[in-house]
Amino acid sequence: MSALAAPRVAEEPLHRRLGLTDDELVAIEARLGRRPNDLELAMFSVMWSEHCSYKSSKPLLRTLPTAGEGVVAGPGENAGVISIGDGLAVAFKIESHNHPSAVEPYQGAATGVGGILRDIFTMGARPVAVLDALRFGDPADPRTRHLVDGVVRGVGGYGNCVGVPTVGGELVFDPSYAGNPLVNVMAIGLLEERLLTLAAAPGPGNLVVLFGSTTGRDGIGGASVLASATFGADEPSKRPTVQVGDPFAEKLLIEASLELIERGLVEGLQDLGAGGITCATSETADRAGTGILVDLDAIPRREPRMAPFELMISESQERMLAAVVPERWPEVRDVCLRWGLPVAVVGRVTADGDVTIVEGGLDPVGRPNPAAVELARIPAKALTSDAIVHARLASPPARHRPAPAPGAAVEGSGGLPERGMDPGAVLLALIGGANLSSRQWVHEQYDSHVQANTVERPGRGAAVIRIKGTTKALVASTDGNQAVGLVDPWLGAALSVAEATRNVSITGARPLGVTNCLNYGDPTRPEAFWQLQEGVRGLGDACRALGLPVTGGNVSLYNESPAGAIAPTPVIGVVGLLDDAATRVGPAFLAAGDRVLLVGSSTPGLLGSAYAELAGVAPEDGPPALDLAREAALQVFIRTAIGRGLVASAQDVSGGGLAVALAEGCIWAAEGRGLGAVLRLPVKGAPAVELFGEAPSRLVVTCRPAACAALLELARQHGLPAEDLGAIGGDRLVIELVGQGATGASEERGSGVADAVDVPVADLANAWEHGLARALGEDGPDRSPGDDGRAGNPPEIR
Amino acid sequence: MSPSTAFRFAVNVTPKDGILDPQGRAVEGSLPHLGVTGVSDIRVGRRIELTVAAPTEVDAWTTVERLAGELLSNPLIEAYAIESLGAVSATTSDDDVAGVPA
Amino acid sequence: MVRIGVVVFPGSNRDIDAVNALRVAGAEPVVLWHESADLGGVDGIVLPGGFAFGDYLRAGVIARFSPVMRSVAGYAAEGGLVLGICNGFQVLTEAGLLPGALLRNRSLRFVSRQVAIAPQRLDSPFTRALESRRPLRMPVAHGEGCYFAEPAALDDLEAGGGVLFRYVRSDGSTAGEDDRANPNGSLRAIAGVTNAAGNVAGLMPHPETAVEAILGSEDGLGIIRSLVDSAAERAAAGRRSAVGSAR
Repeated sequence: MSALAAPRVAEEPLHRRLGLTDDELVAIEARLGRRPNDLELAMFSVMWSEHCSYKSSKPLLRTLPTAGEGVVAGPGENAGVISIGDGLAVAFKIESHNHPSAVEPYQGAATGVGGILRDIFTMGARPVAVLDALRFGDPADPRTRHLVDGVVRGVGGYGNCVGVPTVGGELVFDPSYAGNPLVNVMAIGLLEERLLTLAAAPGPGNLVVLFGSTTGRDGIGGASVLASATFGADEPSKRPTVQVGDPFAEKLLIEASLELIERGLVEGLQDLGAGGITCATSETADRAGTGILVDLDAIPRREPRMAPFELMISESQERMLAAVVPERWPEVRDVCLRWGLPVAVVGRVTADGDVTIVEGGLDPVGRPNPAAVELARIPAKALTSDAIVHARLASPPARHRPAPAPGAAVEGSGGLPERGMDPGAVLLALIGGANLSSRQWVHEQYDSHVQANTVERPGRGAAVIRIKGTTKALVASTDGNQAVGLVDPWLGAALSVAEATRNVSITGARPLGVTNCLNYGDPTRPEAFWQLQEGVRGLGDACRALGLPVTGGNVSLYNESPAGAIAPTPVIGVVGLLDDAATRVGPAFLAAGDRVLLVGSSTPGLLGSAYAELAGVAPEDGPPALDLAREAALQVFIRTAIGRGLVASAQDVSGGGLAVALAEGCIWAAEGRGLGAVLRLPVKGAPAVELFGEAPSRLVVTCRPAACAALLELARQHGLPAEDLGAIGGDRLVIELVGQGATGASEERGSGVADAVDVPVADLANAWEHGLARALGEDGPDRSPGDDGRAGNPPEIR
Repeated sequence: MSPSTAFRFAVNVTPKDGILDPQGRAVEGSLPHLGVTGVSDIRVGRRIELTVAAPTEVDAWTTVERLAGELLSNPLIEAYAIESLGAVSATTSDDDVAGVPA
Repeated sequence: MVRIGVVVFPGSNRDIDAVNALRVAGAEPVVLWHESADLGGVDGIVLPGGFAFGDYLRAGVIARFSPVMRSVAGYAAEGGLVLGICNGFQVLTEAGLLPGALLRNRSLRFVSRQVAIAPQRLDSPFTRALESRRPLRMPVAHGEGCYFAEPAALDDLEAGGGVLFRYVRSDGSTAGEDDRANPNGSLRAIAGVTNAAGNVAGLMPHPETAVEAILGSEDGLGIIRSLVDSAAERAAAGRRSAVGSAR
């Protein structure tokens, strides 16, 4: 048969054109005991893509800790699910849509949101929040601006319409993403634990029901092929049709799916994503130990004359597959039709373990009609759990700089020019820069409060979503550290876990579990595979040290462009639980007179820091040390302190170092009106390192003066250094540098070096608020063209 | 089935004169970047194409006119113009909605 | 307990917020599905936010033709209280139950942020529980919220007391059309209007999402409570007249 009508390139066999290697073809033949036909080969090609099979990463992912308190669904399911008491559970997962977004930023990002939401409600959970972790190249580059604009519109266009608030995430600019942006989206859902639904097709004889949008040619070979091929500048014509998202259809799909689950009408439910019907049927059958017989004639389609392979691998969005007991079918049909969704019985669950594709219809008991033709028959597990696994070669690059062991001496810093540094000017430049300034320009395009649960809006640390009917709240954060990952991928991943969990803990919430999106380069390059291997090891080590399960995630490889590979980027999503939302602590300074404490280890360095980036130099420092035991102690400390009511505000010290963390506390105070602080910072080494150097496991904690002693004592009990830097008050941020490293003490630093940061908070706020729009060129008169003084202001009403 | 022909129409919906058209202004604002001058009065609207089965083109037109006025445009802010694209051979609907088994 | 209907179209999404707000305000929310013309004897109606039918063509236009909207139009004609919020406001203007139209935001971007609005009158069924004209803080979240009507129509609207809310700056003064305080560029900073009879109102901001301190603002509760109180009064009057006529 010639299911694939494309003209054949002479000599190039079909399997290679489908992206399968000769070895993989042999492995397919071994599993089938015969040669596959063209349709079968197409099905294998999508299922054995990196995207669907995890064929390079699977052996690594098996090393991750997955058990934990309350975990009711872990890796392998559509999303991780953790029990949170009161009969409720939280479902969450992060996923990438990098390559589709590079091709068509709006639809790529939109369908990325749609896909991850389906993973959540497939489990029986109502989606309650979305976080988007985005990474792009130089914000001044018109191509970057086009991508940012499209991706942000796409995330908003989809999330706003389906009615799920986008409550947080990241927007990071780094040159390594110039040719290959990262669009990672995390979704969180809430469910009654009794309604937990698994993506399995149990019960031979049950009906296989497809509902949602009709099946078209969009995304033929879409994510699967896109996720497996490196972009070349010369081959836009090879890019397959982009999938187009329909958020209204998704909204209907959410409501219909949750109603089907609530009424107990489905035995299993799976969304259709990469690999389309092929993936949904083989995965659900394999999980249940059953087979599925699919009748192609029954698939509702939107285009005539679709070939069998097109039907089987189409990635048309907003579709679901359900296993239904025959007696329930009328009710299932009614629910779908009431929500205006096409629905059809497209096959049967069988006992033979095979995914079988026929054309010509099934009889009333689910056997192929006498005239029906069998087009394909593949053991479900050959497509999924028994797909090929590659043992890739890993080798570290010639030059890399591993992190020092905990407790070992950290190399001194000082590789940056200090002459003439005005720390106040540096602080303004950092906080107004593309990476550290307010993300308001992005967040204002996202509905962040629909559903009336949003306690903390995006932009100031972790997102907080209350759970109606309880006192509880969910707290979530995504973080990734690509700058350190470039020199030590183990450390980059471990730091990302530390930061994401720390951001959750400083609200007072207990982190529950970790989801991850591992964005790396071409795994067939030993250096890239080594980065992935080290990243997974760092992820596992950090999660074990913090006692957290990894409940799922996604691997995105081949993130390379002609310009090179991206910096290894593990994006970590963490969900935590706050028992009483009213006890939540935020990062903003609260009241004049409060004491400002720096808690945690403090040997910052400049490698990978925002300061080094600003200075435009690569410092010769080693990477910062990460002591995971101390990180765990720090997080226990802050949760305990918050639980005892000792803490007024808590802020992680991360990008931009201590000075930026302090500035943020000032800017965000008093509902954005701001509060100053007068502080003294003991400086041992170079002032720039003390002020702007970065190191993990540090917090700025503020408290009422009366609580200060207790807080310092609690830090001591947890083995954490803590210093009282001064008090909140006034309308300027003043950080006086004192001690042997202070500027006045070092003659050779030259004249013109300020002894202190002394900046009006209003100036900091102004720089912070407008920095991103400025970096993207969205702040100028170009923005609202031709404001020609049309109508004047209306009369004031008193 | 009554004998009917399929007629293809386009409905062009544009903002009425004087109505704020930020999209048009945005397009106009982008012209200097392209080095284009002498272009003005840009109005951005929307075009809807549809096939109507009716005994005569006049009947079909009546249907389109009703749709254009009541659904496809908001008369308060938008104007519309109907364009006949002529008769078409087949009226096959691409929307093959689910054959639902009984 | 006062029963307030919340109309649910397939793409409504702030029905969740509206139901929550009505409960907080002490009313019983009653979900009214768009395919049913039966209003279930409710004492007032909220058309919530969302994207009723995807709103790909024009916000609110398709919803206007649904069975429930025919009943809502009849209900409004009899003096029943109807409040449209965001998409609900768009539906009411499309249906001709409120004057004007809601155009695409001038920024051409979806806008989601906290705004301040000031009630322009306190004698309406939708503002009576407010104590003063002090600005109220609540979120907006929409792509098409720029209020428009012809200048003469705007003059008539103002003269007839039809302007219910305006966007205001932090000092309480009315926002200009290009101010950040006017999130969508609405003409004359109009955030909400009411019909000539005063029983139908719509606004773009979301009072129903600002009804609890934990959500960042409780300023929207006064508007929801006004509706609930007015509905209760109307219901009581209806019962009295029903009792009266039975005798």
